[in-house]
Amino acid sequence: MMELNKLTIAEALAGLRSGAFTSVELTQALLKTMEASQKDIHAYVTIDAEGALAQAAEADRRRAAGEDAPLLGVPIAVKDNMNVKGQPCTASSRILEGYVAPYDATVIAKLRAAGAVFLGRTNMDEFALGSTTQTSGFGPTENPVARGCVPGGSSGGSAAAVGGDLAIAALGTDTGGSIRQPASHCGIVGVKPTYGRVSRYGVVACASSLDQVGPMTKTVEDAALLMNVLAGPDPMDATSLDEPVPDYTQAWAGADPERPLAGMTLGIPKEYYGEGLDPEVRALAEDAKARAIALGATLKEVSLPHASYGIPTYYICMTAEISANLARFDGVRYGLRVPCDDVVEQYRRTRAEGFGAEVKRRVLLGTFVLSSGYYDAYYGRAQKVRTLIRRDFEAAFAECDALLAPVTPEPAWPLGAYQDDPIRNYLSDVLTVGVNLAGCCALALPAGQTKAGKPVGVQLIGPNFGEMALFRVAKALELKK
Amino acid sequence: MAGFDIDRVAYLARLALTDEERKAFGAQLETIVAYVDRIAGLDVEGLPATVHGHDVNNIFREDVPTEGLPTEVALANAPARVGDEIRMPRVVE
Repeated sequence: MMELNKLTIAEALAGLRSGAFTSVELTQALLKTMEASQKDIHAYVTIDAEGALAQAAEADRRRAAGEDAPLLGVPIAVKDNMNVKGQPCTASSRILEGYVAPYDATVIAKLRAAGAVFLGRTNMDEFALGSTTQTSGFGPTENPVARGCVPGGSSGGSAAAVGGDLAIAALGTDTGGSIRQPASHCGIVGVKPTYGRVSRYGVVACASSLDQVGPMTKTVEDAALLMNVLAGPDPMDATSLDEPVPDYTQAWAGADPERPLAGMTLGIPKEYYGEGLDPEVRALAEDAKARAIALGATLKEVSLPHASYGIPTYYICMTAEISANLARFDGVRYGLRVPCDDVVEQYRRTRAEGFGAEVKRRVLLGTFVLSSGYYDAYYGRAQKVRTLIRRDFEAAFAECDALLAPVTPEPAWPLGAYQDDPIRNYLSDVLTVGVNLAGCCALALPAGQTKAGKPVGVQLIGPNFGEMALFRVAKALELKK
Repeated sequence: MAGFDIDRVAYLARLALTDEERKAFGAQLETIVAYVDRIAGLDVEGLPATVHGHDVNNIFREDVPTEGLPTEVALANAPARVGDEIRMPRVVE
């Protein structure tokens, strides 16, 4: 008997189209596995069994009537920071406990129109602030592959759902690596699209100049199939850009099967292979480089000279935006309220009660870097350093089609480790934040496992709207299961 | 770096802190601020600021009226209400 929960999007669509199984059967198989895994993996904050089965039945009815759609009847998991009409949306924060989404985020409306079935909302670091999913207000998620370890974060629930076969695919958001890093730790594919490629409307804002929604999938082909649905401009998001949307599944069409990367130049950013890289992570990245050469690519060393300023710049820009975006959680219009006679006291106590420690730390840091007397030295200066970082990437892309680098300096670490050391946690983003600061696109894909069986990924980084090149390279480099 | 005044910042952030948090966050933030301070050494004279990924400005959509959220839907998540309004503590002296 085929284990339906293990299917990819492409396999699920083939089975649904041929009539081998129904969407209700597929959804039931997933719900059964999901519910059984909640007590240990805890990938989901909320599971919507009733809604998912109703959507699956509707998809089956449409298919029986001769209809088809790009994702008709395919069950998908959604990170808990995207509004799905009528469902809770908490961004894994206690301050939004009980909140019910009054409308669909644009990405959800697009998936719904494409026929997707929504299984539930996945766990995450509170307001996407973290790299381990341990800052969730509703308890941590465990890595389904490297058991006893964190799944990464902030989209750790989505990565665990896909890596643990608890969803066919999932959506995540990436502000400084929050799709790529958990994808790497859980052995799946994750795409951080170019800033402006995918609408952010209806997504709980983390850092608005850095956030992008993207696919988290079992295969490169699945990621391309989801990007086909997600990409495009949105009148409700003024930062989404009106660039043509190609068919991403055509990225590898016509390539020479022996040398699919012939004619392509991959840049090797030397700063991303520096000291502090775990030896096994380095070895797997070197292995990916060797395979790229064997597949016809030319490798060229390039430099991102300001890479070491990425973390300080990111933690200034990001926390500044966090402190502004999270000002809306004041107990007035929605979410938790700690009632008080004085309005300022009500704000202070509501936020004290509703926010977790990491959120408070970052709101405080962001408030500081924006405060009178410090703005120019921190936020103002960081925005200029961001220009230097962006120019580094532009210069590198003048010499190559895409960059190839590790995603994280080390494999997934044990649950509970380093929790009292914020800088230790922040440094785990050192290889991912530059992409968000520059605005360009990146794709993480599995590169193998450590001797202890922990998944490790590599990332391909492309210029603005260079996703096609990333998909072409990723498809060639993808390891056969 | 000048001293990190945790009380001033917490007040600006409208965040009540316990004594324990005050101490812990104060110390951690001193360390984090000292860490991010390493950008102070870079020459950024004359550089433009990057505010977000693309140099696009003045993006407008057609000014066409559309349905907003109905009052009941908009108020459904309010923690306290009176009729069609959200209840708040008095804010005028």
